[in-house]
Amino acid sequence: MTTTIEAAWSALEQLTDPEIPVISLRELGILRDVRHGPDGLEVVITPTYSGCPAMGQIEDDVRSTLETAGIPARVITQLAPAWTTDWMSESGKEKLRAYGIAPPHETPARHNVVRFIAKPAQAETVPCPHCGSANTVESSHFGSTACKALYKCQDCQEPFDYFKPY
Amino acid sequence: MSAATDYLLHLADNALVLGQRNAEWCGHGPILEEDIALANVSLDLIGQARLLYQLVATLKGGDCTEDKLAYFRDTHEFRNYTLLELPHRGPLSGYAQGDLDYSTTIVRNFLYSALMALLWEALEKSANADLAAIAAKSQKEVRYHLRHARDWLVRFGDGTDESHARAQASLDHLFAYTQEFWAHSPAEAAAIEAGIGVDVRTLQADWDAIVDAALAEATLVRPAVGGYVTLGKQGIHSEHLGFLLAEMQSLARAHPNGAW
Repeated sequence: MTTTIEAAWSALEQLTDPEIPVISLRELGILRDVRHGPDGLEVVITPTYSGCPAMGQIEDDVRSTLETAGIPARVITQLAPAWTTDWMSESGKEKLRAYGIAPPHETPARHNVVRFIAKPAQAETVPCPHCGSANTVESSHFGSTACKALYKCQDCQEPFDYFKPY
Repeated sequence: MSAATDYLLHLADNALVLGQRNAEWCGHGPILEEDIALANVSLDLIGQARLLYQLVATLKGGDCTEDKLAYFRDTHEFRNYTLLELPHRGPLSGYAQGDLDYSTTIVRNFLYSALMALLWEALEKSANADLAAIAAKSQKEVRYHLRHARDWLVRFGDGTDESHARAQASLDHLFAYTQEFWAHSPAEAAAIEAGIGVDVRTLQADWDAIVDAALAEATLVRPAVGGYVTLGKQGIHSEHLGFLLAEMQSLARAHPNGAW
């Protein structure tokens, strides 16, 4: 017998990021928990970037999906612990790559700010998601959205987005 | 409670006012990538401001909302650093208009981001758990803002004669305003006392290290500071904030409770 919690997970499984429709909210790590609260079922989501315009859409999508599935639940937005790209699943990262976005590296060990900023900005190579070459350069710290940087492959000459570690 | 709300408003107003200023480049950026970068930095800042205003609204209760705080307060009620409300150009008399100067934008973002990268990190230990949660997110974002501004600062300073001269002029113009960072307002003192806020003076040595290393790489000279210390965070602003607020608030005030 399926429990309500399992039913909610399976209904929400199909939801994808409005900006990057190949990756699901669960794979992105936005969908944190489905649990029984004092007033019934609770679905916990966590925002990505503070100003991400997709978050409103994501919350609406979660609500309407639960409504359509006939699962009454409260949607709770939780800030702590702060979302990190490290929560992105391996399958999610692979889907990003196939979609043409270089997936994020693991977030580096947390240095204090003085050390962080003294490090050269391009210490890590970001392989091209199209041809796999490591011969790439960053053209801009910010791509089409705050979560991505703009890169260019020196071999296949294609520009591509890199999902920055957060 | 008021120690918390006053302090949170100071942080929120900083983010909102700089977010609004940087967004003025949207559609006018010197190159497409920078147009997009500044819009993205603004989105982060406005997102941080929203989280903080929502928290203030919850603490104040009643019919207070984030929109009321952003759109229905006047100049003297804003608690941002004066540095952040200045136009994107060097000093001109009164409200004379001049061309937008990108080096002013970059230098301001650098000086402020260097402070906030340190302050958000320290605020992760705030006694207010909600503020600590917002700080944990914001510190991730401001590191990218700082890296962006620092790279351009170095590029300008160590670039052509023209870009070097403009970057130095922007630095000479803006640096005195950073004195306000280190002079406690009564609201900051109360928040520090309550364990909610952080004593920024404890961050000054690290801020100096970040600034001095970047200026050395950019071949720019750190200006000597002195003279008048601005009081924006106590509500005493330059003539520029009113114009910024007028543009930002006019739509919400013309259509109160409008939704779209």
